Amino acid sequence: MSAVPKLRLVGLRKAFGAKVVLDGVDLEVPRGSSMVILGGSGSGKSVTVKCVLGLIEPDGGRIEIDGRDLAALPRAERAAVLDRTGMLFQNGALFDSLPVWENVCFKLLAQKRIPRRAARDKAAEVLAQVGLGPEVCDLWPAELSGGMQKRVALARAIAAGPDLIFFDEPTTGLDPIMAAVIDGLIVDVVKRLGATAVSITHDMASARRIGDHAAMIHKGRIVWTGPAKALGNSGNPLVDQFARGEREGPITMDLRR
Amino acid sequence: MDRLLDAVAALGRLSLGLCRSVGAVAVFAAVALSGLLRPPFHARNFARAFAEVAYFSLPVVGLTALFTGMALALQSYTGFARFNAEGAVANVVVLSITRELGPVIAALMIAGRIGAAFAAEIGTMRVTDQIDALSTLSTDPMRYLVTPRIAATTLALPLLVLVADILGVAGGFLIGTGKLDFTAAGYLRATVDFLQAMDVVSGLVKAAVFGFFVALMGCWCGYTSRGGAEGVGAATTQAVVSSSILILASNYVLTELFFAR
Ligand SMILES: Nc1ncnc2c1ncn2[C@@H]1O[C@H](COP(=O)(O)OP(=O)(O)OP(=O)(O)O)[C@@H](O)[C@H]1O
Ligand SMILES: [Mg+2]
Repeated sequence: MSAVPKLRLVGLRKAFGAKVVLDGVDLEVPRGSSMVILGGSGSGKSVTVKCVLGLIEPDGGRIEIDGRDLAALPRAERAAVLDRTGMLFQNGALFDSLPVWENVCFKLLAQKRIPRRAARDKAAEVLAQVGLGPEVCDLWPAELSGGMQKRVALARAIAAGPDLIFFDEPTTGLDPIMAAVIDGLIVDVVKRLGATAVSITHDMASARRIGDHAAMIHKGRIVWTGPAKALGNSGNPLVDQFARGEREGPITMDLRR
Repeated sequence: MDRLLDAVAALGRLSLGLCRSVGAVAVFAAVALSGLLRPPFHARNFARAFAEVAYFSLPVVGLTALFTGMALALQSYTGFARFNAEGAVANVVVLSITRELGPVIAALMIAGRIGAAFAAEIGTMRVTDQIDALSTLSTDPMRYLVTPRIAATTLALPLLVLVADILGVAGGFLIGTGKLDFTAAGYLRATVDFLQAMDVVSGLVKAAVFGFFVALMGCWCGYTSRGGAEGVGAATTQAVVSSSILILASNYVLTELFFAR
């Protein structure tokens, strides 16, 4: 593991007003591996990913992709680095003014990597990978079920062949079988494209299936990293409580007050 | 004394806030306009916004212009009869419509129709992460969403106003010849004789400025909206109110520039 990690976060900090969300997040994701990030709701998982993608300006810390500090790069180079990334948003974030096929091929079309008339076939091909038939191509996002939207969003995230992909809760809202299919797809994308994946999930079965490594974020810091297989008997009380979904333990939900 | 100071402080806060907003909107406008200087241009989005303003707004704007011209003819006839100046109806109608009412009324209608739509569309995209999604798909959201809308509205509104001018005059003509005792030829001659190119051109320039403000405020309010459906609703209202105020205020300034001697 002496190679430069694909993604490295050092002391990443972010506060919204007085509310500290990230308080020094350190994380390394080796190239070609699949990292799963766990953490309670509102612990800052999505914010971490959005910082990497430049959607939220962090207050401090370093973000390195392929060993290059994003903040220190000239704008054009930074854009070129981020151009090789893909993101599946937690809520899908499909463009509801465009039909499904244009959503899926959005980046390919925007960068003129394929002609417009080839886009529908290309979209059908990518949609097939996420278990959707070609008849979905001409539907509008509003006409899809929640799970279908998620799969279309997934197709959009991988269509341009990124080499660093972020999946924000890829299987939430899917039935167990489809969730397993999507997990399989993520593993496949990592293997086939040689991509590096960072997935956020609450689903332990899914975490063990997708992840080579896992990291647990709690109170704005990474409190544990280790092999995903070890989830549930990691020896870290926070992680074990989370993985087993127990009410009693070091993590307490603020329900009262 | 304390109360007085409080009031002064509140006033200061208000004006500071206003300056900050004006500055932020100006920067937003500059970034949007810089998108016109080099590609990528999103022609499809431009065409969609252009059609929305120049074509799909025709019925609304045409009808308001027609009725305004009709009411204007009637009003000036009955009003001017007190000075025995009924003959000036045609001149009054054509000057008021081309210089003032055509651009202002069309712009206000567009503020309600288009400014509100821009704010709602872009605001919804903001609160559902679609704007962030654009960035992750290597597309600059300012260039994709804002630049084409501002350019299209600025160019389309003058065309729309030209139609409004014609229909407004036609409204006056209908009343003048149908209800008042003008002959068709006489009314048209009176309309054309007194009309100068400057009257029409100034109205079209106004229209372009108004179109710019409507699209700018619609996009700005949407782009900066926060907090779900409620936030989008507030953005929409704010877009209509602020662009209407800007239309009326800049209308005065432009009139001063064009006609004050
Ligand atoms: N744009 C924002 N402005 C203010 N606060 C924000 C913003 N985005 C996120 N937050 C806050 O940051 C905290 C972390 O949010 P985040 O979306 O990262 O949670 P999460 O770990 O992804 O949770 P979940 O599993 O529920 O998706 C939350 O408390 C949220 O209120
Ligand atoms: Mg989240």
